[in-house]
Amino acid sequence: MAIRNYILVCGGTACESSHSDQIYNALVKEAKEQGVENEVQVVRTGCFGFCEQGPIVKILPEDSFYVKVKPEDAHELIAEHIIKGREVTRLLYDKTKSAKHAQVEDIKFYQKQFRIVLRNCGFIDPENIDEYIARDGYAALEKAIFEMTPEDIINELKTAGLRGRGGAGFPTWMKWNFTKQVDNPVKYVVCNADEGDPGAYMDRSTLEGDPHSVLEAMTICGKAIGAHQGFIYIRAEYPLAIHRLEVAMKQSRDYGLLGKDILGSGFDFDIEIRLGAGAFVCGEETALLQSIEGHRGMPMPRPPFPAVKGLWGMPTVINNVETWANVPVIIHKGGEWFSKIGTADSHGTKVFALTGKICNSGLVEVPMGTTLREIVFDIGGGIAHGKKFKAVQTGGPSGGVITEANLDTPIDFGSLVRIGSMMGSGGMIVMDEDDCIVDVAKFYLNFTVDESCGKCAPCRIGGRTLYHILEKITNGNGTMEDLDKLQEIGDAMRKASLCALGQTSPNPVLSTMKYFKDEYLAHIVEKRCPSGKCKKLISFTIDPEKCKGCSLCARNCPVGAISGELRKTYHIDQSRCIKCGVCHDSCKFGAIKVN
Amino acid sequence: MLAKNENGFSKELVAYINEWKEKPGNLIMILHKVQEEQGYISRESAEKVSELLGVPLVKIWGVVTFYHFFKLTKPGEHNIQVCLGTACYLKGSEKIIEELDKQLGLKVGAVTPDGKFSLEEVRCVGCCGLAPVMTVSGEVFGKVTKAAVPGIIQKFM
Ligand SMILES: Cc1cc2nc3c(=O)[nH]c(=O)nc-3n(C[C@H](O)[C@H](O)[C@H](O)COP(=O)(O)O)c2cc1C
Ligand code: FES
Repeated sequence: MAIRNYILVCGGTACESSHSDQIYNALVKEAKEQGVENEVQVVRTGCFGFCEQGPIVKILPEDSFYVKVKPEDAHELIAEHIIKGREVTRLLYDKTKSAKHAQVEDIKFYQKQFRIVLRNCGFIDPENIDEYIARDGYAALEKAIFEMTPEDIINELKTAGLRGRGGAGFPTWMKWNFTKQVDNPVKYVVCNADEGDPGAYMDRSTLEGDPHSVLEAMTICGKAIGAHQGFIYIRAEYPLAIHRLEVAMKQSRDYGLLGKDILGSGFDFDIEIRLGAGAFVCGEETALLQSIEGHRGMPMPRPPFPAVKGLWGMPTVINNVETWANVPVIIHKGGEWFSKIGTADSHGTKVFALTGKICNSGLVEVPMGTTLREIVFDIGGGIAHGKKFKAVQTGGPSGGVITEANLDTPIDFGSLVRIGSMMGSGGMIVMDEDDCIVDVAKFYLNFTVDESCGKCAPCRIGGRTLYHILEKITNGNGTMEDLDKLQEIGDAMRKASLCALGQTSPNPVLSTMKYFKDEYLAHIVEKRCPSGKCKKLISFTIDPEKCKGCSLCARNCPVGAISGELRKTYHIDQSRCIKCGVCHDSCKFGAIKVN
Repeated sequence: MLAKNENGFSKELVAYINEWKEKPGNLIMILHKVQEEQGYISRESAEKVSELLGVPLVKIWGVVTFYHFFKLTKPGEHNIQVCLGTACYLKGSEKIIEELDKQLGLKVGAVTPDGKFSLEEVRCVGCCGLAPVMTVSGEVFGKVTKAAVPGIIQKFM
């Protein structure tokens, strides 16, 4: 009997941690027990992007979108949806739409999205090369090898106007062209899958959901520049992505799409995996190459650029995962097609990891030029728990904040720099009124100080000094001169640091100072933290109106700072209070006030 | 983790090292394998790698100490990681660390006296959509509340 339904189960890391593997097994088992195993096919796919609502199960052809599914739901899904043809309303994302199906197109989260990079994530089984091929996979490689010259390939990228998605936005065709022009028998192709920006996971999901797209793209590059060996440098913290890459590499070798004599053309190209080991600076390209060579990951001054002198001194193209994932589509559909998407400055789409205080956190892919408002409010569903929007942070530890005033800026590489942030790799962290902006700046500085490799003084010493000043301010000891010092040191680091880690690490401070000066002033002048986050600047008191005298706070206080009589108002001794907040968290009547 | 090989390397590990020996840039891959087998990289292991590869110990130690992923001390039977990446930090993952201290008396970087648990801060495990996140022995737990911590630990007792 023919397959009637496809059941797609998300097998991304986030959903797997919510037991999507058990859901998969339960669905297979139920289909068998209920006698429909020949009519349905259960597929484990990559990430659907809508992580907030996971684990996700989608049933085709109806396109029914089930959310927060549990293994116990498998019985009902098979019995009702598959056998009786009735949707299981209680599990649908939009329960009100059940009569007409809560289809993917009806879900706001997906409406403004446009998927190029994530085209296969959530549609195919990433561990089955046939499914990739069925969706035009490896068609671009075939075209590149048999119908195009290296110049054609590079020209196609030029027409497309693809810019690097790893952060700097450098035109991809130019990198390839530089490397191609160097006359050298040995050249390398490298994929940067180090994804060190905390709060970003686009590359991970792409590799987990569609590993072949990166392999195909790297092979095309090999053909264009005349390289025969590629390396994927991936974080050791991503075991599932590593596994899927290994499976994909084996399958494509078995199919003659990787290795010796690809598709009988006489062209050889192979790829090896190299593991990162938890150093953020190794995402920087020269440090990354050092790390592949087995050294400490210290950046090198550029020039020479890797395109001329890269891995083991050989000309090397290094691109980010997302950049790679765009390449097969461009070759297959043409640069012309790609160039029509996005803005004049930046073509194509960008994947963002939307996280923080947002209703629908997840992965979103939108055309360049989409506004932040559309991303945060239309796709992301706005701020969670009815709180007030404060800012979005983009560009991770190298970026800055974007405030309400700039929410309508169409985002592309250029516009983000103009408003004092940057595209970065695509982390987009939403903050609400409860987040202290000075604390956030301190958080990023703590990160970059920790991750500075220590090679150059501006970054090593400057970063630490910035951090100490921020600490002083959040402790209530800041002075007005500190603001000038932050600016001065930050400017110096921008100019004098060896690599972009140090050059950009003051950005979170400088950008928050620019947009939230009043909040810095509140900490410095009024010794007050408006969001109540900086412990040294807050105090807890008990509201006599609300206190019922239950004594719970007094019993929980670790330092015995709270005293009182049962059924009468309790009192906090400020001299003993360590501001741990336990009383606040334990009070059932909301009687503990944060001042 | 193969406890029986505390000081020596297993046959598989030695075979792996020999397989990689001639490949340029092998050191980090080999150190990953050593840590996978032994749970951390002891001074003795580093010396042994130095001997097998003919690479000076100072070079190996330089690499081991540069990269956060390599551990210099033996972790507990179950290593707990609490994510302090941006998304998790904003959603209060520090509270998880406080709760673990309360429940197990476990501080960051330490091991419980019975050797059962160790605690480590990490920066983003790539599940930011589920923030705040912690992992125990590699199993990921998302949207962790203070109240959920005891239950999670219980699973590994
Ligand atoms: C401190 C630092 C960290 C970086 N981290 C990453 C990273 O995690 N992933 C990435 O692709 N690029 C990262 N980059 C950018 C790379 O240096 C490089 O620009 C990129 O890999 C080039 O690929 P693209 O042209 O495809 O963007 C980082 C740069 C710096 C300075
Ligand atoms: S920030 Fe915690 S998983 Fe990404």
